[in-house]
Amino acid sequence: MSATFEAENLSLAFGKVVPFEGVSFSVDAGEIFAIIGPNGAGKTSLFNTLSRVYQPQTGTLRLEGRDLLRSRPRDLAALGVARTFQNLSLFAHMSVLENVLVGRHHLMRSGPLAAGAWFGRTRREEREHGFKAQEALELLRIADLADTPVSALPYGQQKRVELARAITMEPSVLLLDEPVAGVASQERAAMAQVIRDVHRSSGVTILLVEHDMNMVMSAADRVMVLDFGKVIALGTPPEIQADPAVVNAYLGKAAS
Amino acid sequence: MNTLLQALVSGLSIGSTYALVALGFSVVYRGSRVINFAQGAMVLAGAYLVSWLALDHGVPFIAAIVLAIAVVATGGMLFDATILRRLTAKDINSSVIITLALSIGLAAVIEICFGTTQRELGDPWGADTVSVGAVSLPASRVWGIGISILVAAAFVLLDRGTRFGLAMRASASDEEAALAVGVPVWRVRSLTWAIAGVLAVIGGVFLTAYPSSVTPTVSSAALAAFPALILGGLDSPSGALLGGVVIGIVQVLAGTYQPTWLGDNFDTVAPYAVMIVILLVRPYGLLGTRPAERI
Repeated sequence: MSATFEAENLSLAFGKVVPFEGVSFSVDAGEIFAIIGPNGAGKTSLFNTLSRVYQPQTGTLRLEGRDLLRSRPRDLAALGVARTFQNLSLFAHMSVLENVLVGRHHLMRSGPLAAGAWFGRTRREEREHGFKAQEALELLRIADLADTPVSALPYGQQKRVELARAITMEPSVLLLDEPVAGVASQERAAMAQVIRDVHRSSGVTILLVEHDMNMVMSAADRVMVLDFGKVIALGTPPEIQADPAVVNAYLGKAAS
Repeated sequence: MNTLLQALVSGLSIGSTYALVALGFSVVYRGSRVINFAQGAMVLAGAYLVSWLALDHGVPFIAAIVLAIAVVATGGMLFDATILRRLTAKDINSSVIITLALSIGLAAVIEICFGTTQRELGDPWGADTVSVGAVSLPASRVWGIGISILVAAAFVLLDRGTRFGLAMRASASDEEAALAVGVPVWRVRSLTWAIAGVLAVIGGVFLTAYPSSVTPTVSSAALAAFPALILGGLDSPSGALLGGVVIGIVQVLAGTYQPTWLGDNFDTVAPYAVMIVILLVRPYGLLGTRPAERI
C-alpha cells in the first residue's frame, strides 16, 4: 500500500523544552494508525503539530505528497484533513444535525451571489448535504438525535457527534485526539467499535492518539510508541505488546 | 379609529427602519458575539455622508447612498480587522469598551466636520405625502417600508439559503472548531461587519429623511433599535426584525395616546418599558434561543 500521511524527522521545541524530536512515520492509505505513550511522552504536542496548531522547528509533513507545513489550519479541511478534539469542540447553540452540516461547509459551492442567481441549484445542493449529514449520523448510530440541541447530550454522545462532523467532511485522513478520553469505561468498547465501523464503511485513513491501551490494541492496524519525545517502537499490536522497550516504558525496568 | 390606524401605519414605517438597524446589531453579534455599540454612530456616519455627497457635491441621491455604503462597510471591516480582533482575542468583554470608544470617536469626528446644526438629507422625496383613505404617510416613509422589506428578504435569503448563515453561527460558537472544519472565520467576520455597514447606511437614510433631518441626535434614535434587538432575541435575525416593528408601533402609540400625567416624551421611554416587560416573561427575547441545559 502507498503511504499517504508522512512525517519525517519532526521536532518541536518551546525554548529549552523539547516535547518530541526526530519523529518519522508514514501512515498507509486506509490504515488505522495509533500513537501511544505514557503521560508526558509528547503525544498531545505531536497531535497538535500534525493538526497544524504548532509549527515544528524541523521536519516535513506530507499528505499525498503535498506539504502540509505550508498550509494554514483553515485550509486543512479542503486539503482532506479532518480532526476531532480531546475535550470536544462542538457548536453549542446548534442541533446535532446542524453541527454535522457545518462539516460540509468547505464542500458547499453556493456562495452568496450564486445563491441569488441559481436558487434551484442551491436547493439541490442543500438536499444533498442534508442527506450526507444524515448518513453520517446513522453510521454513528445517533440519527434519532438529529434535532436535539447538542449541548443537551451526554459526553459520550457528543463525542459521536464530533466524529460524525469529521467524517462528513469526506477527509482523506482523519486525526482523532484521544477518542475515548473522558468516556465511561463501559462505553469505550462501543466507541472503539464505532471507529472501526466508520473505517470499514468509508475506508478513510485514521491516525489516532490515545492513552487507553485496550482500545488501541483492539482498533489499530499499527501502533507507534512515544516515550520522552522519542519513537521507541513501531509495529502491529502483537509486536508492540511483546516489545521489551515498550514494557519498560510503561512498567518501568524490571529489578534485576 | 382613524387615529389608531394612522398610528399603527406610522409605527410600522418607523419600526421597519429600527428593524434594519437592529438587524445590523444582530448580524455582528451572530458572527462574533460582539455587541457593536457603534452601530448607532455608523448610522449617523451614513446619514451625514449621504447628505454631504448629495447636497454639497451634487452627487445623485442613489449614487450618494451607494458611495456611503462603500465607505461605511469598508470602514466597519477595517475597524474589525485592525483593532477589534486584536484587542478582543483574549477577552470578548473588552469589545464593549472598544465599540463604545468607536461610537464616541465617530460622533466627535462628525461634529467637528459638520457642527451640531440640522442638515437636510438631500433625498428626492421632499415633503410629498402618500394618502390612502384617512391614513397618510410621508413618501420617504413609504419607500422606507418597501426598501426595508427588500433588504430584510435579501438578508434572510443569504442567511438561510447559503452556507454563510451556518458559517456565521459556527464562527461565533467555536472559532477553533470552525477553522478545523474549514470555515474561513475571519472572512465570515468581515462579511458580518460589511453587512452591518450596509444596514446602518440604509437605516440612516430613512431615519433622517423628511420629516426628520440629519442631526447628531440621530444616533440616539438609532439606539431605539437596541430594545428592539433585545426584545426580539439577540441571536435571532427574525427576532431583530420583529422587535424593530414592535418598538416602532409601541413608540408611535405611546406618543399618540400618552396621558398628560406621564409628562412629555413618554414615547422615548415606552420601548424600554415594553422590553423589560417582555424580558420578564421571555428572558431570551421573543425569538431568541434558550441555551439548552443539562440537568
